[in-house]
Order: sequence, then structure tokens, then C-alpha cells
Amino acid sequence: MYGLVAVGLVLTYKTSGVFNFAFGAQAFTSAVVFFILVRDHNWPLVPAAFFAVIVVSIALGLVLDRFIFRLLRTAPVLPKLVATIGLMVGIPETIKAIFGGATRNAPPSLAVGDGFHLGSFSMTADGVATLVATLATVIVLTVLFQWTPIGLRMRAVVESHRLVELNGINAERVSRFSWLLSSVLAGMAGVLLAPLFSVVDSNVFTLLIVAASACAVFAGLSSIPLALVGGIVLGALQQLLAHHLPLNSVLARNIRPSMPFILLAVLLLVRPGLRHKDTTDPLSGVDPPPPALAVTYMDPRLAKINKLLFLGFVTAVCLAVIFFLPGLWVSYLAEGLALTTIFLSITVLVGIGGQISLCQASFAGLGAFTAGQLATRWDFPLYAGIIVGALVAAALGALIALPCIRLGGLYLALGTLAFALMLQNTLFVEEWLTGSEGGVDVPRPLIGSIDFANDRAFFFFAFAVFAICGYAVVLLRRGTTGQYLAALRGSEVAAAAVGINPIRAKVTVFAVSAAIAGAGGALYASYLETARPDDFNAIQGLFWVLLVVTLGPRTVDGALNAGMAFVLLPPLLADIFHVPSDLVVPIQFALFGFGAVTFARHQEGIVEYRKRASIEKFNARLTRWFGPAKTKEPAAAPPPAPAAAGR
Amino acid sequence: MLDVQEVTVRFGGINALTDVSLQVGAGEAVGLVGPNGAGKTTLFNCLLGIVRPNSGRISFDGRDLARLPTYRRARLGIGRTFQRVELFAGMTAREHLLVAERSRRGDGSLLKDMLNKGRPSAPEISIADETLALLGIEEHAEQPVEALTLGQSRLVELGRALVGDPRLLLLDEPSSGLDVTETLALAKVLADVRAHRGTAILLVEHDLDLVRRAVDRLHVLDFGRTIATGSCAEVLRHEAVIIAYLGVSAQ
Repeated sequence: MYGLVAVGLVLTYKTSGVFNFAFGAQAFTSAVVFFILVRDHNWPLVPAAFFAVIVVSIALGLVLDRFIFRLLRTAPVLPKLVATIGLMVGIPETIKAIFGGATRNAPPSLAVGDGFHLGSFSMTADGVATLVATLATVIVLTVLFQWTPIGLRMRAVVESHRLVELNGINAERVSRFSWLLSSVLAGMAGVLLAPLFSVVDSNVFTLLIVAASACAVFAGLSSIPLALVGGIVLGALQQLLAHHLPLNSVLARNIRPSMPFILLAVLLLVRPGLRHKDTTDPLSGVDPPPPALAVTYMDPRLAKINKLLFLGFVTAVCLAVIFFLPGLWVSYLAEGLALTTIFLSITVLVGIGGQISLCQASFAGLGAFTAGQLATRWDFPLYAGIIVGALVAAALGALIALPCIRLGGLYLALGTLAFALMLQNTLFVEEWLTGSEGGVDVPRPLIGSIDFANDRAFFFFAFAVFAICGYAVVLLRRGTTGQYLAALRGSEVAAAAVGINPIRAKVTVFAVSAAIAGAGGALYASYLETARPDDFNAIQGLFWVLLVVTLGPRTVDGALNAGMAFVLLPPLLADIFHVPSDLVVPIQFALFGFGAVTFARHQEGIVEYRKRASIEKFNARLTRWFGPAKTKEPAAAPPPAPAAAGR
Repeated sequence: MLDVQEVTVRFGGINALTDVSLQVGAGEAVGLVGPNGAGKTTLFNCLLGIVRPNSGRISFDGRDLARLPTYRRARLGIGRTFQRVELFAGMTAREHLLVAERSRRGDGSLLKDMLNKGRPSAPEISIADETLALLGIEEHAEQPVEALTLGQSRLVELGRALVGDPRLLLLDEPSSGLDVTETLALAKVLADVRAHRGTAILLVEHDLDLVRRAVDRLHVLDFGRTIATGSCAEVLRHEAVIIAYLGVSAQ
């Protein structure tokens, strides 16, 4: 069953250079439509399947292509990743909002017959249907790629979009064709695979994507037959383990569900040839350099006004918290601050380090469980728990970073996601760590005789932790490490050639980020007064990354916006827009999911982008009212010169 | 100072370099010339550890470089510029030099950053400005590098390579993409650098005029093999060199 998905992933990657995390979301869409048509409207199976696979997938594919993927094809790795992960979160939630979020059990199946048995292997009828469909797909695709003109063009477009256009082929059309092809595959996968899980659920499809990406990586993201082989091997391995591991042993309980993720992690580490496969476009040398992330020039008077306003705002919020804000809103704000601290870890990694990690929630969870266990077993005070939790997370962060960091880009994202899922299925289910009743108690802080137990007091404690972490982030960015990382983002080879140790710099930033996540996690758990594995699962972590990246990954205020948006949006939706309560969460997720797509255009984050625009407006206004600023202005920058001539 | 002994590099079945030996003495300037594809850039990449040679030995000041990663070689005192400009987007010209100067000293602990001691000190800034002045681009110190012309960008790269006082400078086609005036200015800068700092130079270049002005000795590669070595005048009269460059026999 992994084969079909892996083939789809390889196909999109091969033809568009985008690793389509949203593949599962597209599959989910078709599966839901199929389910509704058959179960609720009593359509016959075949027309329903045709409609769900062909019509719905192509329609969805066209819409996505028009608004999103067309922009992405020539984008750098990070926006590609973020946008597709955004879709992966956004699409299923939209579907839930439209068709209702009720669980759909026992999806209809296209398969006929009883399945078959061979020794210890057994296959259900659905399994056979999937296998047949997958094999047929692989044969058709292989023929298409090897022997037809459109296949040749598709291969050429991946190599160099522009060279193909220079040769008089409409590369857009070729890309769109291949994109639609993979959309249909996704729809087919959805309809065929849904019966195997006995429930139509978006999380199942998300996990499936990660598991299948192990097979895709096995195929080097380029060979369709190999992806199929990988899928079959992975499926067989899981069956074998199910038969040969003693039931209820630690191994059977923990290893089997996380096997695909372990396999993915191992593959990423040992498969040769994954490194240094960045750009193959022979024309990339004639590109102008990517536009610099804007450096905002702020009128010194505006800066001063801004500073005063900021101090005034902070004081006002603090006073409001003490004297008249209702308890509910104080608790929202405190929760927002705790989350912001976790989000700062993403700011450090994405905004300063230029790396992406999808396992920040795991680090946060580790910090939270550490603080909780220390407090319940040995009566550690919470602030000590936060510090130890941060250190534990930092150590683990460095440990993970060492092997993963060389991979970079897409593989780093896959590796960290695999790691997060692995941790979730192995360590986070162990009772000695996460407590017996699905959680471990985490106390509110108590320093000397000052008790921070109520929400108002806790707000100030959270504010202090946030301020410390925020200041650390600012120092890091301003300091040498930040400069080294900026250099590495600019040109890794040149940075090494002036004596910067790339691995050390990246591992450092990874560890710092993990430490902040650990501290934030402990703080958040203290706000909740309990640490549960569910609060720190991998999907939650994905969503956090999306949120921060959308709202501004480069600055501390970006993280603050994200933290506050996360806690304030649901009550706002419910109270002001009167959204029915069962729709609040889907709408929230869908909004942020699709919001992440804007990252493809504005890499500083959408809010930062608007902020810069308004700062420029205020600069102009100040100048108009009071004359030009007295300090010397930076020389007007002429338009950027082309980077380099051809060799 | 730099001693390359019988280095061979194979990419798949193709020999990019075959038994190339080359020496550069302290303060000496050597030109490395040859047609495109002769293996000049590959040799540079070997010197900096970006490509590992299949056999042969490279040493710097008597120290074997084989196991050292790129950044350690840079700290030993090897500076390099790139054929395709590789600048750090978003940073100003001065910041380029500050980062390079600090990283060559291996400075940059996280603890210092956290104590707010990470900002450039006055002596560091004066070192950077001195180098910018030597290159004649001090008026662009505050500008982000995206705003510079190609010629200025190449000078920033040169400054970045020069700033920690390396003893050997590897220049990969510094004149490509420059016009005649800019190339002349570059030749003058290189002469100044040698006069003021005594830096040894290994120069890859197609512009033979620039080469003749800037170097003492030439080393010619073709298809990954050394075909001639000696003084400029000698080498340019060499039959094999003329064949490699003009594609005809010397008759």
C-alpha cells in the first residue's frame, strides 16, 4: 500500500521538483468524496469512483496549480516545503469544515473476492486491488516517460524549465500535465487505500505520506519502479515483524508502528548520493541573485516613537493584567506567552539558521516531561525543571543535528519529521516518562515565597521566561554565530573558504533552538499543569512551524504574533464571528495552513512584509511633516547587478 | 610553501587531473593557465578540500592537508575567490570582511554572543576598513553587496579573502566579466597587495595580459596534465602550449 503513494511522490518530485506533502491531503479529498457519494447518496461504486478519482482530483489539481504550484516551481526549497506542508494541513481541515468532521467508518471498497494467502503472507481483496492498480500505474508511467514525446518533455522540464522554453516548448503546459497526472494518482490512492484503514481520516493519510516517503527516498526520489519495490519491501517487513515479534513486548508495541519512520531515518543517513544535489539547472548561473531579504531603513524619529509606544504597550498590558482584564483573557495571554517561547525556537532555526526542523514539538515535549518528572519524583522547583528540560532538549537536539544537518533542505525536513513520529511512537508512550494516565503533572512555579499559581501571577512568570529567551534570540542574531549563519545562508562554500565551520555553526543553532523549545515546552506544560503526549505530537509541531513561518520567522515579534494568534483566534472566531464551535478548529487550521502558502511569495512572513510597507509609509510621512531626518541617509541603492557572467 | 605532489582526481571514468605537481613559494605569484576544462578549478577545489584527490599529496608549510576540512585550511592562511561570485546576500561589504576576519581567527563562541560581546570591536573595524581602502572600495563599505557592480563584487570577494592576512591567495578567473578598465584596475590592486602584504598568489586566468602583469611564473594544464612550466616568456613560446591554445601545430 506504500507503493502507490511512493510512486505518486516520486512522480511529482520528478516532474516539478516539489516534494508534495499535500499528496495525502489530495488523496483524503477523493476518499471523502467517494465515501459521501456511495454511503450518503447511494451512487453505484464505479461511477462514484470515476467521479472521485478523475473529476474531483483534476478539479482540485487545476485549482492548486493555478494558485499555488505555478508559483512554486521555480521557488527555493524552503518555500516549496512550507507551502506543501501548509496544504497538507489546510486541505483536510477545509474538507472537514465543508462536509463535517464526523468520523467515517468502513469506507466502501472497489475490491471483489476474498483476497489470497501464501504461507505466512496474507492479502485482503483490497490489498490485491491496490497491488494491481499500482503495478498498472507503474507500467503506464514507465512507458510514458521512456517512449512518448510528452514524457521526454516532462523529463526535460525538470532538468531546466528555462532551457526547455528556449527550445520552443511550453514548459508551463508540460508541468501542468504532469501535475494533473499526479493529482489523479493521489485520488486513486485515496479511493483504493481508504478501505485498508477501515476509517477515512486525514491523520492516517498524513502518516502514510511520511511512511511512503521512506520508499520514495529509497528510490532516490527519481526511479518509479524502485519506489514500487521500496513500497512492497516496506509492507512485507511490517507484516513479518507483526508475525515474528512477541506480542506485547516493548519491541512489538513500540517498534512496529514506528518502523517506517526508523527506516526513513536510516535511509536518509546511509543512502549515498543524497547530498549536494541542489541545483542541476545549467542556466542557474545566469540568474540574478535572489532578492535580498529587505533591510528596513527606519527614520530615527520613527524608531524613537516606536520604542516609546512599545514600552507603553507592554506597561499597559501588564497593568491591564493586574487590574481589570477578565480572568479568561489573562489566561489566554499567559498561554500565548508560553507558546511564543516554544515558537522562538522556530524563529532561531528558520529565521536565523536557515534550516527547517519539523520536530520542535518533540523537543518541547521532552522539556515538559523532564520538568514534570523532576517535579513529581524529586520535588524540583519548576524553574530548575525548565533549565534542566532545556538542557536535555539541547543535548538531544545536538545529537540529532549531527547526522542530519549535512543533508539540508528537503531531507532535513523529512528526517526531523521521521524522528518526531518515531519519538512519538516509542519514547512518548513509555509510562516512566509520560506518566500513567496519559500525562504527568507539572506544577506552577514557586520561587522562594512568591507563588505563581494563579493565572495573573503566572502571566508575569511566563513573560519573564519569554523575555529571557527573546533576548537570547536577539543576541544570537546580532552576535558572531548569527553572522556566521547569515554567511552560510549566502554561500556555504564561500563561508567555509573564509574559515567558518559550517557543521559547528548549524549544530549550535539547532541545539540552541532545541533548548528554547524545551524551556518553552516546560513552561507551556506548567500553564496546563500537566504534560500530555498529545500536546506535543508531531502533527501539532508541523502546525506550529507553519504558523511561525507564515507570520514572520525572522523576528521575535513574529513569534509573539504567532503565539497570540494561536490562542486568540479560536475565541475570536467563536465570540465575534459566531462560528459554530465544531467548526472553529478546522477553520483555524485551514486559515493558517493556506496562510503558509503566502510564504512562497513573502519569505520574511506576511506580517513582516506588511510591517515593512507601513514603516516606509511612516518614514515618508514624517519627512513630509518635519523635513528630512538629520542623520545621514544611506546612499540610494542602484538596482542589483547580474550575479555573474557565464563561464 | 604550497607543495602539490602528483595529484590525480577522477570523476567517474574521466581523469580531471593526472599527476599534477606544483609549487608556490612564499610571496611568489604563479599563473595557472590552460583551456577550459583543463582542470584548473578542480585543482583549486583540491587545494581547499572541496574535492578530495584520488591520489597524491598536498601540503602547506610542510603540513599535510589531506585530512583537513575546508574551514581549517582557510584558517591556516589560504584565501580564495570564486569564478562565479559567491557573496553573502544581505550583508554589507564591511560585514563581509568582518565575518571573514573573525572566522579566520576561529573566534565566535556562543557564550560571548550571549554576554552581548559579539559585536565588532574598534580594532576589527579598522582592519576591515584598511583592506577596503587598499582595494579602493571604501566608499561602498555600508552598501549591501546586491547593490554593487560585478567589478566591485569581485573586489569585495578579494577583500574577504585577504582580510585575515592569508599567506596564499587563490584567485579563480578574477577578470571574467570585467571590462578593460576594470581589469587594469584589478592588475594594479594585485600588484599593491603583493607589495604591501607579501601574499603569495596562485592565479587562474584566461586574460594573458593580466597574467603577464601579475605573475612571475606560469604553469600550463591541458586535459588534466601539466604541459609546461617556467617563466612567462619561456612558456608562451612553448610548442605544446601554442597547440593547446590555438589548436594547430607550431609550424
